Amino acid sequence: MTDNKRVIAILLAVAKKIESEKVFLTELDTAIGDGDHGINMARGFQKVGEKLPSLADKDIGVILKTVGMQLVSTVGGAAGPLYGTAFMKAGAACQGKMELDLAGFAVAFAAAIQGVKMRGKAEPGEKTMLDALCPALTAINAEVKAGGNARSAFTNAIQAANDGVAYTKTIIATKGRASYLGERSIGHQDPGATSSLLILQAIAECI
Amino acid sequence: MVGIVVVSHSQKLAEGVLELAKMMAPTANVSAAGGMEDGSAGTSFTKISKAIDEVYSDDGVAVLMDMGSAVMTTEMVIESMEARKIKMLDCPVAEGAVVAALEAMAGATLEILEEKVLATRTIKKIND
Repeated sequence: MTDNKRVIAILLAVAKKIESEKVFLTELDTAIGDGDHGINMARGFQKVGEKLPSLADKDIGVILKTVGMQLVSTVGGAAGPLYGTAFMKAGAACQGKMELDLAGFAVAFAAAIQGVKMRGKAEPGEKTMLDALCPALTAINAEVKAGGNARSAFTNAIQAANDGVAYTKTIIATKGRASYLGERSIGHQDPGATSSLLILQAIAECI
Repeated sequence: MVGIVVVSHSQKLAEGVLELAKMMAPTANVSAAGGMEDGSAGTSFTKISKAIDEVYSDDGVAVLMDMGSAVMTTEMVIESMEARKIKMLDCPVAEGAVVAALEAMAGATLEILEEKVLATRTIKKIND
C-alpha cells in the first residue's frame, strides 16, 4: 500500500531519472525527431519536482492532476499534452484517495493510457509511447488477477515495456514528427516509448 | 465579433500570421499564441489560454493551429473552458487566418466563418 507522501517521493524519483537520462532521450530524438524530447521532458519534470513538496498534504488524485497540468504547461512538445493527459486521467481515477494499492494503480494506469490514446489518436504498433505502456499494463493486470505483489508486477511490467521499446526499433513511425521520416524511422527506437520505460523503471526502483 | 487565435510552435510564425490577418482585416480581433513563454519553440497551454481569453466574446472563438502538439495542447485548453463556444479549425494556418479575420470583420457567425475557413484547404494560389 502506498500513501500520498510515498507517491510524492516516487514522482521525485521519476523527475530525477528523467533529468539524468535527458541527454540519451535527446540523442534518440535527434535520430528520428526534432531533437528536443530529453530537454523538454527534463524542463517539465524539473517544474514538477519544484511543485511536489507543496502538495504533501493533498490526496493522490490532486497530486497526479497537478503533475499533469505542470507537464502540459512546461514540456512544450507533444510529450506535454500526452503525458499531461496521462497524469490528469490517472489523477481523476485516484480522486480523494490517500492510499493506493496495486489494483488501484492498475486502474489509474489504464485511465492514463486511455487518455494518451484519446489525445494522440494512436494505438499500439505505431511506434509511440503506447508500445511501452500497453504491454506494461497487460503485465500489471496479469499480476493483479493472479493476486501477485507490486514488486513482481513491476518486474514483469519493466520486462514488457523493455520489449516494447525494442519492438519500436523494428517498425515505421506513423505518428508525430518521426512519421515525416517514413521508412527512415525504422531501426531507431522511439523516444516517447523510451521515456515511458524510464518512468516505469523509476517507479519500480522505489517499490 | 468572432475572435481568432493563431497557435504555432513558433512565436514569430504566430505573430507573423497575426500581422498578415490584421493587414487584410484591420479591425478583426486576432491574438497570437506561438512558442513557449520564454520564446523558444513549442506550444504553451498558458499562452493559448491567455490568447483565447484576450479575444473571447459570446460570438465565440476560432482557433487555427500549425500541427501536432499545437492541436493537442489547444484541445486541452478548450477542455478546461467547458462553457465556452470555441472551434478548432483544420486548415492551413496563414491562409485560414486571413479568411477567418475577413469573415469575422464582416460579422459572420462562428459557424459560417468555419465553413469559409475550411474551404482554404483546397485554395489555389497560382491560377491557370
